[in-house]
Amino acid sequence: MKLPFLKIREVSELIKKKEVSPVELTQAILERIEEVDRRLNSFITVLPDRAINCAKEAEKNILYGNYLGTLHGVPIGLKDIFCMKGVRTTCGSKILDNFISPYDATVTQKLKNAGAVIVGKNNMDEFAMGSSTENSYYGPARNPWDLERVPGGSSGGSAASVAASLCFASMGTDTGGSIRQPAALCGVVGLKPTYGRVSRFGMIAFASSLDQGGPITKTVEDTALMLDVIAGKDSRDSTSVDSAVPDYSNCLREGIKGIKIGVPKEYFIKGIDNEVEEAVKRAITMVEDLGCTVEEISLPHTKHAVSAYYLLAPSEASSNLARYDGVKYGFRVSDSDNLMEMYFKTRAAGFGREVKRRIMIGTYALSSGYYDAYYLKAQRVRTLIKDDFDEAFKKVDVIMTPTSPEPAFKIGEKTDDPLKMYLSDIFTIPCNLAGLPGISIPCGFTSGGLPIGLQILGKPFDEETLLRVAYYYEQHTEWKDKRPSI
Amino acid sequence: MKISKNTVRHVAALARLEFKEDELEKFTEQLANILEHVEELNELDTSGVEPTFHVLDVSTSFREDVVKPWLSSDEALENAPQRDEGFFAVPKVIED
Repeated sequence: MKLPFLKIREVSELIKKKEVSPVELTQAILERIEEVDRRLNSFITVLPDRAINCAKEAEKNILYGNYLGTLHGVPIGLKDIFCMKGVRTTCGSKILDNFISPYDATVTQKLKNAGAVIVGKNNMDEFAMGSSTENSYYGPARNPWDLERVPGGSSGGSAASVAASLCFASMGTDTGGSIRQPAALCGVVGLKPTYGRVSRFGMIAFASSLDQGGPITKTVEDTALMLDVIAGKDSRDSTSVDSAVPDYSNCLREGIKGIKIGVPKEYFIKGIDNEVEEAVKRAITMVEDLGCTVEEISLPHTKHAVSAYYLLAPSEASSNLARYDGVKYGFRVSDSDNLMEMYFKTRAAGFGREVKRRIMIGTYALSSGYYDAYYLKAQRVRTLIKDDFDEAFKKVDVIMTPTSPEPAFKIGEKTDDPLKMYLSDIFTIPCNLAGLPGISIPCGFTSGGLPIGLQILGKPFDEETLLRVAYYYEQHTEWKDKRPSI
Repeated sequence: MKISKNTVRHVAALARLEFKEDELEKFTEQLANILEHVEELNELDTSGVEPTFHVLDVSTSFREDVVKPWLSSDEALENAPQRDEGFFAVPKVIED
């Protein structure tokens, strides 16, 4: 089995036992990126020299007995939304095309401290706004299972690169589903941790009360290994929570007897692709056969989540993106007569259409005369959605749903109608509004060979139960051993 | 909900964005569609419901007012499209 096709756990054992050198491994990965990524466009920036140097450091340290842990010497990617010192960090946008970050995000720093080898910055929808990675200034990323189709978004580059074995894991971000939906469409595992579990310092902000960074990997165990490294309170992110970090990778094998699973009827509505619905229902039946109890629950305000989200997120974004004005960094239009003209022209030229659309919606929703009717209303609806989950979690431990209403769609299929694109997120959005952890794992394929994802939602800071259930299901199926032929 | 082009122009000005006429047409239409969709929130009775500004039950976190090392002035200016000594340089400011 060629090295890049292994999982983190496997490759890590080989490195620890000194049977494989991090340098050899990184070279194999870089060669594969060189060969494959021209067809996938899953990376905006590849870092061959940095990666090799880092791998050489790792090799030296490991040979001298200074082994840092499971990620030491393992090549990974970072969505181009995570600042990395001395490296171009574009956020998929023209307005940051030339931005060289002067500092590392906390997540970047933690992964470096764990000895991981960062091979590149992954392609993404501009400013994390999108569900297909078609909104990237650098062109769309493609789904390795079918190059005519999207990998999902906004962490599409991350999901595509992991699925195609161009890295062993990639850090993505999720505001309305941007880790989980691409993971589902690319047949890999994607976890959005509880809001506050992972530091957002250095993670370029889209919607600050919804954003959360998380890993995309080939297996549930690999996700747990990543979470072990990135979770934890950070004094530089005042929204990160001072809650003890459990040993996630060691709790996986505790089994699932007696765990209560809730299946919300509002997530099994008309309009879901038939094969998606069948695959998810089969997975739920299987988990029941394996010893869980399954009961139908109701999350009555589910259908209002998309509307609430498409008021709240753009509102927060309109504020967060005000800083891109051509003054301190990034793109600036030349030959402006005065400062105001520079602001207008720079932002008009630097931002893509979807970003402008969302800034406009947000600015409108927050403006005088409309704030109460739109923003405040949406925040109250958010409370109702969160309360639905609080009620449900009194009776069940986890909730199972489809991740996406359909498998990967064709590139260009939804770009004409923004609303159509927004509805790709109907099942993932509620979890962000409530701040809960959510994971997507593979649960089958369509007759056309496209991956289908099962979403599992958990109680706040209960990633352990989420991972245990996901792991147990995964180990009883063969989905983790399937990979695209690219 | 019909949103007028003038309202869209006003919002664009607030957001420091400018559009060409044909872009403005398309945007007005798209914005109207999206706003029409989100209007459905008005079906819900939210009287007495507190807004959720923050999902976590945390209050403002404080720290000691002590200077901590961070970027130097030079590092902060590294990406400046235009700089003048220790300053970010910008085109002149015109008062209306």
